Amino acid sequence: MELCESPIRELHRRRLAREISTAEIARSVLGRIERYETRVRAYITLTTGDVLSGAEAADAKLARGEPVGPIEGMPLALKDIFITAGIETTCGSRILKGFKPPYDATVVERLKAHGLNLLGKTNLDEFAMGSSTESSAYGPTRNPWAFDRVPGGSSGGSAAAVAAGEALAALGTDTGGSIRQPAAFTSLVGLKPTYGRVSRYGMIAYASSLDQGGPITRDIGDAALLLNVISGHDPRDSTSARRPVPDFTRYLQGDLQGVRVGLVREIGQAGQLDPEVGLALQANLETLRALGAEPVEISMPSIEYAVAVYYILAPCEASSNLGRYDGIRLGPRAAGASDLRELYRKTRQQGFGAEVKRRIMLGTFALSAGYYDAYYVRAMKIRELLREDFRRAFARVELIAGPTSPIPAFRLGEKLDDPLQMYLTDAYTLPANLAGLPAVSIPGGFTRAGLPLGLQLMADHFREDRLIQAAWAFEQATDHHRRRPALS
Amino acid sequence: MEFEPVIGLEIHAQLATRSKLFCACPTEFGQAPNANTCPVCLGLPGVLPVVNRRAVELAIRLGLATHCTIRLDSQFARKNYFYPDLPKAYQISQYDRPLCERGWVEIAVAGEPRRIGITRIHLEEDAGKLVHEGRDPTASYVDLNRAGVPLVEIVSEPELRSPEEAKAYMEKMHALVTYLDVGRGDMEKGNLRADANISLRPRGSDRLGTRTETKNLNSFRFVQQALAYEIERQRAELLAGRPIVQETRLWDALGKTTYSMRSKEEAHDYRYFPEPDLAVLRLEPALIERIRAELPELPDAKAVRFQRDYGLSAYDAAVLVADRATAEFFDATVGHGADPKRAANWITVELAARCNEDRASIADLRFGPERLAEMIAMIGRGEISSRQAKTVFDHLYATGRAPAEIVREQGLSQLSDAAALEGLVAKVLAEHPGQVEQYRAGKTKVLGFFVGQIMKATGGQANPALLNDLLRRKLA
Repeated sequence: MELCESPIRELHRRRLAREISTAEIARSVLGRIERYETRVRAYITLTTGDVLSGAEAADAKLARGEPVGPIEGMPLALKDIFITAGIETTCGSRILKGFKPPYDATVVERLKAHGLNLLGKTNLDEFAMGSSTESSAYGPTRNPWAFDRVPGGSSGGSAAAVAAGEALAALGTDTGGSIRQPAAFTSLVGLKPTYGRVSRYGMIAYASSLDQGGPITRDIGDAALLLNVISGHDPRDSTSARRPVPDFTRYLQGDLQGVRVGLVREIGQAGQLDPEVGLALQANLETLRALGAEPVEISMPSIEYAVAVYYILAPCEASSNLGRYDGIRLGPRAAGASDLRELYRKTRQQGFGAEVKRRIMLGTFALSAGYYDAYYVRAMKIRELLREDFRRAFARVELIAGPTSPIPAFRLGEKLDDPLQMYLTDAYTLPANLAGLPAVSIPGGFTRAGLPLGLQLMADHFREDRLIQAAWAFEQATDHHRRRPALS
Repeated sequence: MEFEPVIGLEIHAQLATRSKLFCACPTEFGQAPNANTCPVCLGLPGVLPVVNRRAVELAIRLGLATHCTIRLDSQFARKNYFYPDLPKAYQISQYDRPLCERGWVEIAVAGEPRRIGITRIHLEEDAGKLVHEGRDPTASYVDLNRAGVPLVEIVSEPELRSPEEAKAYMEKMHALVTYLDVGRGDMEKGNLRADANISLRPRGSDRLGTRTETKNLNSFRFVQQALAYEIERQRAELLAGRPIVQETRLWDALGKTTYSMRSKEEAHDYRYFPEPDLAVLRLEPALIERIRAELPELPDAKAVRFQRDYGLSAYDAAVLVADRATAEFFDATVGHGADPKRAANWITVELAARCNEDRASIADLRFGPERLAEMIAMIGRGEISSRQAKTVFDHLYATGRAPAEIVREQGLSQLSDAAALEGLVAKVLAEHPGQVEQYRAGKTKVLGFFVGQIMKATGGQANPALLNDLLRRKLA
């Protein structure tokens, strides 16, 4: 296995033991980018110019005997939704082309404090609206496991970069599954923390009450490592939680003896579960049982409305969040407008893609006078019912398990003409966002054709420790996470 | 047909905080364009608001002073619309869960007290402004210094019945805002401005007519004038059988008319919804009680005290308390030993007239209350006459120097020292034995001759009453 395909914790152990250098790691990753990026198209912006020197700086510290943290100098990627000072931040949209922000997102600040060595900004669905990374204004990203397939979305660039060895790990954001579904499609670990665990300051907002940043990594150990860095209260984000952050790597141990794992009766009925996904799920549940877990069937009557609720609330918030892209202060402004209204209309017409426009219209409609109560208010009520379902469930179980996605990675263009079909692929990931719960997708096997499948685990608020412990135990009993795509 | 106006005011008052409502930028007035901005108030992608705690406390203070119920779970909401001075394309305001609800204030027009209901007081951020003077005369420039500055919007019930009541209500609100240090209330800088809603209905009817809203009235006079104009305009429309168009209007201060800005059809659908970037604003009852305990004496209570403790008339008390600085100046003048009625008189008549002429306020005065108290004490002791005091006051107002000094320099003091006068009297009598004889022979008119002589000798400063008294005694 090449260095660029190894987990960060393992690489860190080896560089501390002087078996390898950080520079070698960087060269391995940079080599991958050189060889495969033109085909994978994981990045919108590459900042690779300083990556080797960043790695060498870490090596120099090692050579001087100074302490070096586990991610210091390790080449990482950021979804191009995180604000980076002086580095173009597009959010996958034409409307932000050329925008070089004057400040850093809180998570970027935190990563920098731990020695961030940034490879670049990864591709995403425009404004994170999508499940395939096809709605990016900068072209689609390919799935390293099958180049004719999507890497999932919206954090598809981050997932593809890590899967292809073009980054050791990456950050993504998850509003309805945008970390977990791409992780599932690329056989990676994707962890969406509890809403409020990670600061949203400097994460370009799609749907503010649902957005949450998190890591996409090769294994749960690396996810715990990055979660340690990015978690914690941020005074600049009023929705970030004042909760102590444990050392998540402490939970990389133990088994699942006596852990009650809920299986939602309504899941599998509601969505069209691909037969191969169903089979993999059975096998995964068998593994959990073998590790000592006790499966418990639970009922969540409100879960069948999750897709409908999500596709009202997220567009409502988005329609407001995206109002600021009006051509007045930043981004390209449409030429030839004769008055203010036309300036707005033309700028937004030219600057936004079809999916973004669709969601702005959906949200604008749902918030309009006369419709607000029927859509927004009702959706909020059902959201509360769903939270109640989860409260009841987590009184009985420690974890809820299920498939991350009802289907494996689909072909490019396959669902582009049918937005509803695309929306339905989020059915299993959306509930965690609506309820603000932490959830993780871990490698859960492959289809016969070799397409990755994910196992999703959800836990109660701020119980990422349980996710990490269970994922670790599952990894010990399986080797899905050790497989790498055969790039060619 | 006789019509009754139904008026409600929405008053926007800027809160006296050092920093903006959702970021740490200063609220300072008069900076270079966009000097007071940061990524948050510029509305850059990715930024989030953090509520200014001080702004919340100030709004609660105003809410308590207007007898409102303070919500323990109020919520911010987004008001969505596009305009270049609104960088996020939404204003963070409050909608269905405002901070303060269901209060009242008392106003008095022509001595008639009336209680006016307050529907709500909520917090919101101000917008920036467009500037039309720059390098390119055809261009509009955006200055976001004001964007994010904290405001309270105070919404009255439609219970005002005349332009005079509306003016009195706005004056009352201005007094409260300034008394409470909630805002600076500087009208010229737009610190306090009102939108006036008005409709007419046949007197006796309890149905509401179609209303218009006249926006951005930044003086008490404008509120009164704009409403008076609207009453006449609406009356004429109604009498001509034309329906009133529900619309937003603007006040033309030069032409003294209102004109249409946009009709209901063009009105925005603001698509309010709860601000997801801010949690519900949960308040502890203890905080509200602390703020209540710290409330200063309010105008109404002050007026009662002035009448009770100082024996002022209701009118004088009301005039004094209308402006916080004036009331405090009066209190301090009395505190320095001045006779309350004299002090009230000097402040409400002479001082008010001077300030009015100069468009100055108490804060701009060159002298403090102790000076006025000194002057009033000199009148009380008979050292200067009331007429002389006017001259002293003119100098005091102009220079701020001590009244005693002014009196000395201007040679104004009445000679009230009986011992000094006695000597003078003796001397003059000795010099004019003939006239003394005449007086004693019963020609008492000669007294005027002696007074004249002594006045000449003292430059007119002898206290006339004292002098007369002395002369009569010496001549007897």
